[in-house]
Amino acid sequence: MTVIPQQERPAGATRAKAWTWPRVLLAVGVTLVAVAALRAVTDAEQIFTSGTLRTAVAAAVPIGLAGLGGLWSERAGVINIGLEGMMILGTWGAGYGGYVWGPWGAVVLGMVCGALGGLLHAMATVSFGVDHIVSGVAINIIALGAAQYLAALAFTGLPQGGPTQSPPIPSLPNVTVPGISEAALWLEDRGWFALSELGALLAAVTTSVSALTVVALALFAATAYLLWHTAFGLRLRSCGENPVAAESLGVSVYLYKYVAITVSGAMAGLGGAFLAIVAAGIYRDGQTGGRGYIGLASMIFGNWRPSGVLTGAGLFGYTETLGLRSGPASVHALLLLLGLGLVVIALWQLARRRPAVSGIAMALGLLVVWIYLVTDVVPAEFTSLTPYITTLLVLSLAAQRLRPPAGIGGRYRRGEVM
Amino acid sequence: MTARLRSLLPVLAAPVLALVMAVAVTTLVLLIAGDPVLLVWQTILSRPDPRNIVNIINAGAVLYLSGIAAAIGFRMKLFNIGVDGQYRIAAFVAAWVAGQAWLPGVLNTVLALLAAVLVGALWAGIAGVLRVTRGVHEVISTIMLNFTATFLVAYLLRKVAVTRGNLISTEPVPTGGRVPGVALIPGTPEEVYGLVVLSVVVGVAYGVMLSRTRFGFELRATGQSPTAAMASGISVKRMTVVAMLLSGAVAGLIGMPLLFGEYYSYGVTFQPGLGFAGIAVALLGRNHPVGVAFGAVLFAYLDEQGNKLQIFADVSPELVLIVQGVIVMSVVIAYESVQRYVLHREEKLVGAALGTDEGVRP
Amino acid sequence: MTQERRSGSVAVELAGIGKRFPGVVANDDVSVRIHRGTVHALVGENGAGKSTLMKILYGVQKPDDGRIVVDGTERRFHSPTDAIEVGIGMVFQHFMLADNLTVLENVVLGAEKRHGIGNRARQAVQEISDAYGFGLEPERRVGELGVGARQRIEIVKVLYRGARVVILDEPTAVLVPQEVEELFGNLRRLKEQDITILFISHKLDEVLAIADEITVMRRGTTVGTADPAHTSPRQLAEMMVGSELPTPSADHSTVTEEVLLEVEGLHLAGAGRALLDDVSFTIHAGEVLGIAGVEGNGQVEVVESVMGMRHPTGGHIRLRGTDVTDWSTNRRRESGVGYIPEDRQRHGLLLDSALWENRVLGHQSRAPSAKGRWIDRRAAHADTERIVEQFDVRTPGVDVLARALSGGNQQKLIVGREMSGDPVLLVAAHPTRGVDVGAQAAIWEQIREARRHGLAVLLVSADLDEHIGLSDRIEVILRGRLVAELDPRTVTPEELGSAMTGAGDRSG
Repeated sequence: MTVIPQQERPAGATRAKAWTWPRVLLAVGVTLVAVAALRAVTDAEQIFTSGTLRTAVAAAVPIGLAGLGGLWSERAGVINIGLEGMMILGTWGAGYGGYVWGPWGAVVLGMVCGALGGLLHAMATVSFGVDHIVSGVAINIIALGAAQYLAALAFTGLPQGGPTQSPPIPSLPNVTVPGISEAALWLEDRGWFALSELGALLAAVTTSVSALTVVALALFAATAYLLWHTAFGLRLRSCGENPVAAESLGVSVYLYKYVAITVSGAMAGLGGAFLAIVAAGIYRDGQTGGRGYIGLASMIFGNWRPSGVLTGAGLFGYTETLGLRSGPASVHALLLLLGLGLVVIALWQLARRRPAVSGIAMALGLLVVWIYLVTDVVPAEFTSLTPYITTLLVLSLAAQRLRPPAGIGGRYRRGEVM
Repeated sequence: MTARLRSLLPVLAAPVLALVMAVAVTTLVLLIAGDPVLLVWQTILSRPDPRNIVNIINAGAVLYLSGIAAAIGFRMKLFNIGVDGQYRIAAFVAAWVAGQAWLPGVLNTVLALLAAVLVGALWAGIAGVLRVTRGVHEVISTIMLNFTATFLVAYLLRKVAVTRGNLISTEPVPTGGRVPGVALIPGTPEEVYGLVVLSVVVGVAYGVMLSRTRFGFELRATGQSPTAAMASGISVKRMTVVAMLLSGAVAGLIGMPLLFGEYYSYGVTFQPGLGFAGIAVALLGRNHPVGVAFGAVLFAYLDEQGNKLQIFADVSPELVLIVQGVIVMSVVIAYESVQRYVLHREEKLVGAALGTDEGVRP
Repeated sequence: MTQERRSGSVAVELAGIGKRFPGVVANDDVSVRIHRGTVHALVGENGAGKSTLMKILYGVQKPDDGRIVVDGTERRFHSPTDAIEVGIGMVFQHFMLADNLTVLENVVLGAEKRHGIGNRARQAVQEISDAYGFGLEPERRVGELGVGARQRIEIVKVLYRGARVVILDEPTAVLVPQEVEELFGNLRRLKEQDITILFISHKLDEVLAIADEITVMRRGTTVGTADPAHTSPRQLAEMMVGSELPTPSADHSTVTEEVLLEVEGLHLAGAGRALLDDVSFTIHAGEVLGIAGVEGNGQVEVVESVMGMRHPTGGHIRLRGTDVTDWSTNRRRESGVGYIPEDRQRHGLLLDSALWENRVLGHQSRAPSAKGRWIDRRAAHADTERIVEQFDVRTPGVDVLARALSGGNQQKLIVGREMSGDPVLLVAAHPTRGVDVGAQAAIWEQIREARRHGLAVLLVSADLDEHIGLSDRIEVILRGRLVAELDPRTVTPEELGSAMTGAGDRSG
């Protein structure tokens, strides 16, 4: 339901192209060259160092996990704007689990708390037929209250703890890939056009990466496999596409929806746990800061596919990092890239005879380039806007290319349909 | 039983059911947490002091505006999740306009109110226009616009702010432009916001609009069935945009009692979170003008009484959020169940009244 | 399942099936015998109880009494899974397909245990498709496929599960004539493989063309069987409706000289072929113009263009001489155009509103429902009561939700509403679809009565009886064009049928 179909897709339209390796490599290559070129023409040195990228990865993981959670739920046909609440529950779970059982206990309890939020959402939407949005809103309210109430209850009086924060959570091990890490860092230091950028990228993903980041990536791979290559996944997705059809073929739609939404909550909870364990080392009230919603945005950006969610989360995590870490000048440089990118899109759309889309993209592109030319820095507030504006743009300009599950948001009741 | 009474009973049954459920769940939470159950309920249900009553009226009136803003959208099955962003950006602009003191006295206030309405409407209108022209679902667009509003306001505030103490805010509203409070409740020096009158006006206007006017009918018809609305000569696209504009306009008013009765400027401490509470209140009140009022007062009451929890029961006041959330969740579940029951019974009644095979849908 | 050919033995027997819903008897003492390797047709009017019976056979609903015997063994089905297990499969009228999934995924869903979801499954699906000449590509996304292909996917779905008895619920309702022929070809090939087909329909010519045996249902029970070789459509029809076949209207013509609606050169562009191409017709005051055609040939588009719900890409629409092509739906309605939509639940009613509010719908800007910008609740109430009285809407009151009414009564309410306020033109799309015989007669009488007073009616219907009963003239629509004009007093079903399928295309 997140996208209202504007028009019938022309017959014979091709299948949504899968992310084949050549396409991925091409995309990475183009990005590296573009960034290298940007570094060459501007003085934004910090935009693509291994340090920046490592921080970006850490920022992207919680967003990505929330997005992955959204994907599980929406693939089964249930909109989940309660992700934020489930994430909040996850932060508290991690804080408490970390205090009692150590870092892996934090991970587990974070997931369990998120899953409980998911279970509640499933109960409301599936068993009681409550509107998905309404249930999500209610869960966000409940979760916020529950986490703060429980924090005050559990953490007050603990060493270094207080009513709004937990004691420090013992940290998880970091992983460095020997050999590759050193080589990549060496390559980065050379300052070779595009190759050093590649080095920075490799170094960022092979040097002191949190074990939880590895877990998160594994979950992405597992999701892609489970949902698209197993009977379980086919059944789960069928519940999101056409639950009536699924029921008519003997699929227990309620069960699959329950499972999907509970897993969704667990993923979001893990995202929250990551914030508490890895990013902050502590539970704190209001720690999620709307990342559940950004996760939702990354899911839409990613066209309800794991690889897309990963890309979206990476993009949003990267911009979040840039604003904080490398200063306004870097972001300013990126404006040029964005503006020119939009112009390219505009020309491409014009060639495909979509004058409306082309016009909007062109206007925006020129606007961005103009802003680049008349300003020197981008205020931090605008950097933070990136995920939201990107999502709005993607939805406004490329909605036809998005393919949300067809049965999403619908109310489904067992046996009422045939 | 008349048909009217029949249809009213379940409407009343659902909230009562929900309250019972909320009390039960919260009690369970308290038991598990090992908090003093009885003391908590005693505190929450204790008689509010006159000072508390004033606070409840004030908070309730503000929540009511927020609830109505959400309800206008909900009536059309438009989920304006963006009430939060709309009221904040509108309050900021209104505060800035009022602070500039371009016009003298009351005129200045009126100008600021108009600005708030306009900005709120425009901000919501973006989502409406995106929906009808680009097919972007309003839930997503308004969530994104909420965050956009947050950062935009932060940026603009930094641009126009004056420093007061160690906080920044807009230029304060000149004394002539403030709206004096009313000492409505005896026994306390605290006053009810003068602009509480806005809530009353908006509530009455909403009620009349909904049940008595052609526009209200078209709004409800479009919400129930866009296809039937279209076949009946209602422009669904136009209704969508207009409903979003109206919803945003009312959202723009949410911060006004606070601005002109308490804060007198927009700063980082300006009360947040009213938009989401409004959604909850609207759901609780079934988008009905009276129901929403009930919901708003209930929420305000819980907030106010919750503040005492820390002192009297040594329990975190956030407990109230759990109560509120559970109420919302249970109220929608209760409505869902009750509605199904009502339809079932009506079908039976129709069947019985006719005594033939005519009554029931094939 | 044994491989020996035992055509002639009973594959499925339903004996004394009864099913009651609160206030209504859907099935009562229904008995059907279906022989192996045959096409057995189950015919009856809408609401005769065919669908309920099939749901019982497929395990969707449980019968209150009676026995289901499959291959000589009595069975009790608790869910479709049980029915599938003994080799019964069903193709629903509304396809149960997920558009975003591939053909393969749609077929194997729920039956992954057979061949997994990978290459083996793909091979199996391809084999079935090839065996019966279905021509399906397993990797295609279903959303890209047409209606005929979708139906074949549905059939493959049940065959993939090893079904030996295939139930087809109104399979031709959504097909154009060529596709119907293709389907019949497919069914014959299935029959050759000793697969039993239960074919539900109310289209008599099709039933007679494909069926080996026919069972007729009326008012929830089986009224007899027929041998297609020795039965005429008329005899079959009489069994269906109980010899109450409507006779052509004996009224003398009320057609006047005044041109009320004039449609000229209407054109509506579509994705490929134009949806409407050069459609022109006029309707006079007191005249009923019937538009007949196989569904999906442009009827909906004509109606929605006349109502202003679609904007034609060419041509003009004039109402009493005024060009209304650019007018909004509301303005047309205000000028006296009434509209009985094809899908009353989606387009005609607010199901969760009271009857009196439904009276206001579409009339929200006119007396008696409204005074200026205000809704006149009291007057609307009163006028709804008038409609309930005058049009015999069976309801305890006007505060009842529309959803609680039966289809026939919902329709009578709509007809009453659209006849209110002295319309000059009534656009009626399938005005009696899915209503019982009594309501049908009442609605026809109301339309005739209004015609006597000068109402012009644009009647779209797939029902020949309706055209004979109401229309002064019949225009036949085919692929977006009007291809023949017929006189309902002399037309034969054969003539109409050949015009509708293009055999008598006057444009050559």
